[in-house]
Amino acid sequence: MPAPEIVAALQTRFSATPTALGVELPSSELLTALRALRDAHGYRYYVTGTGAESATSFEIVHAVRNLVSNDTIFVKVSVGKDAPEVDSAAFVYAGAEWQEREIWDLFGVTFRAHPDLRRILMPDDYPGHPLRKSFAMDTPWGYRPQTSETPEAAS
Amino acid sequence: MADDPLPVVGQPEAGPAGSALTDIAEEVVRFPGGGVAILRSDALFHWAQKSSMWPLTFGLACCAIEMMATFAGRFDLDRFGIFLRPTPRQSDVMIIAGTVTIKMAPRIRTLYDQMAHPKWVISMGSCANSGDHYRNVYSVVPGVDHVIPVDIYVAGCPPTPEALLEGIFALQRKIMEGDRAGA
Amino acid sequence: MSGGPIEIVERDFGELALNMGPQHPSTHGVLRLVLHLSGETVIKAIPVIGYLHRGVEKLSEHLAYDQLAPVYERDDYLAPTANSNAYVLAVERLGAIEVPRRAKWLRAFVSEWQRVSSHLVWLGTLGLDLGGALGGGTTLYMYCFREREKILDFLEELTGTRYHTNFNLVGGARYDLDASLAAKSDALAASVEAALPELWAMSGGNPIFEERTRGVGVISKDLALGVGVTGPTLRASGIAHDIRKDAPYDAYGELSFDVVTRTAGDAEARFQVRMDELGVSLKLVKQIAAGLPKGPIFTRKPLKNPKATKLPKGEVYAAVESPRGELGFHIVSDGTAKPYRLKINAPSFKNLQIVPHILPGGLVADVVAILGSLDPVLGDVDR
Repeated sequence: MPAPEIVAALQTRFSATPTALGVELPSSELLTALRALRDAHGYRYYVTGTGAESATSFEIVHAVRNLVSNDTIFVKVSVGKDAPEVDSAAFVYAGAEWQEREIWDLFGVTFRAHPDLRRILMPDDYPGHPLRKSFAMDTPWGYRPQTSETPEAAS
Repeated sequence: MADDPLPVVGQPEAGPAGSALTDIAEEVVRFPGGGVAILRSDALFHWAQKSSMWPLTFGLACCAIEMMATFAGRFDLDRFGIFLRPTPRQSDVMIIAGTVTIKMAPRIRTLYDQMAHPKWVISMGSCANSGDHYRNVYSVVPGVDHVIPVDIYVAGCPPTPEALLEGIFALQRKIMEGDRAGA
Repeated sequence: MSGGPIEIVERDFGELALNMGPQHPSTHGVLRLVLHLSGETVIKAIPVIGYLHRGVEKLSEHLAYDQLAPVYERDDYLAPTANSNAYVLAVERLGAIEVPRRAKWLRAFVSEWQRVSSHLVWLGTLGLDLGGALGGGTTLYMYCFREREKILDFLEELTGTRYHTNFNLVGGARYDLDASLAAKSDALAASVEAALPELWAMSGGNPIFEERTRGVGVISKDLALGVGVTGPTLRASGIAHDIRKDAPYDAYGELSFDVVTRTAGDAEARFQVRMDELGVSLKLVKQIAAGLPKGPIFTRKPLKNPKATKLPKGEVYAAVESPRGELGFHIVSDGTAKPYRLKINAPSFKNLQIVPHILPGGLVADVVAILGSLDPVLGDVDR
């Protein structure tokens, strides 16, 4: 549960709505809110970044922590499913770089101005975004290793 | 440290595929200062191959830690002539210890192709045998035998070092019979 | 030979891209590093991961809550119960499930023993990395694994298996500790503590080890906070952040122990933090065995159908301090018997992100020392 003062501060300044673990913001306010949290309120420690898919949107969550007051806040933004795109937090928190690459890889959400947006867990040429609800878990792996020596042909 | 006993485990059975040259020789003639053993050449070569299997250091996941424990002092594979090599060019056994993913599969194939004949493969653990509980996942190859030919499957999650030792002894028996999965 | 002065000519061969891994004895698993080198100096280091991606988060959406605890033990495979501990904490928090006090203490007990076992593997492989398999590092490896075998024997007596023990249940623990096992644990802790000075002497007391780790891979405080490194890597940079103290779970609120920090932020500092943590954990297991409360270890109603346990709608985040750092589970539930979305906040994933920042400027030999000091476990990175 994040501290109520910080939730109230974000509500007044960025039209945020409280959630169970933090706040939800309009996606246009994400970077300014994160910068405010980092510089003005002392939330300098980046905990994690998550993606999730709801029925109508993709949700991107950044969790940041204030080590002095020992308070963690989860900042959520939602983007529509047609062209999911959101600003990249990689220049605000360096730790967001790989988490956003993972969200791109697994959900297909693009991050504007990300320094290096490419797949991180799946092979580079993999078609599809595995953690989407429309992607079946047992999608056939279908990779055939490229080799000139097969068990039958070897002498 | 000298007085806490760790039990000794893993002694290969002496038998038809025994570990001494005299066990596999057809005829042994002894004279003062030495002797002559007469044996078939393939028995000699198989005995040499099984007594000095050099595995490639190839741990993928948790089974790698149990493989490292098997190579450590308690279970000690060096007494069987087994000696880890980091490069496939110098090794003849590949112990696949862990889950095979689609990103790793081409590299496993490349490493197997780089090993010189004769070569054998031990698939260690449920993930390498069949994919374990990941077999339906999009990024997992359900068993390393989709990628390379396997000689011995060692079951377990992870197999205890005793189980891996039993698998290695089974491979030794297989080598003495002259059998190989790949070419 | 005329005996005149030797002329030294320096040539610039440009930049070489060298691939390290994913099969490499020193990369701690299937990690691939693409190193851009100029001579022996690293100019750029690009880690490539995903070679052990087993889709655990997607698998979680297809299995029931009570089935899932053993699945996560394969992620951070050096401290398996830390993963399942974090998972059951998150489920219990969301579902408001009571955990008996004895079970909480037993969870901390097994977690601390696995912290000792994980740090012994780290130290042994650090010896292999820095000393080489044929260059003397193997001695440290053999000694560490010898101690670890005693711990695994003890875990086998307690749980029936050495390694993936399936110890944590949603709502309690699976195996109990009786008086004779508690006495064995105390004797074992004393014996491992007695071996620690020898391990220190073989590693930290060795001048070559000091040269290879002092001043190598320095992580400044700002970099550590921005990237979000965690665990001993964070504490070696001077930030005293330990989940056991800052967000206590299980029995840690009632136990007394120190949080180990150093300020140098280099590989030697990270080494010293983990070595001191070995001592702290061994004292903790004695404290836990001595103060173990009486009572049951599992008090939920007998589960008629374990696949049918539903959790209320909502989301929750719970974290534990694994040997690598903060291991957290973020679960979003839609009211059914399976998680809707489960995200693992993996400490090794965050720690590995520091690699492109601290490797450049060092030598190739430092790459191995830095990776060893970060202690990544690739099952945790790739999940």
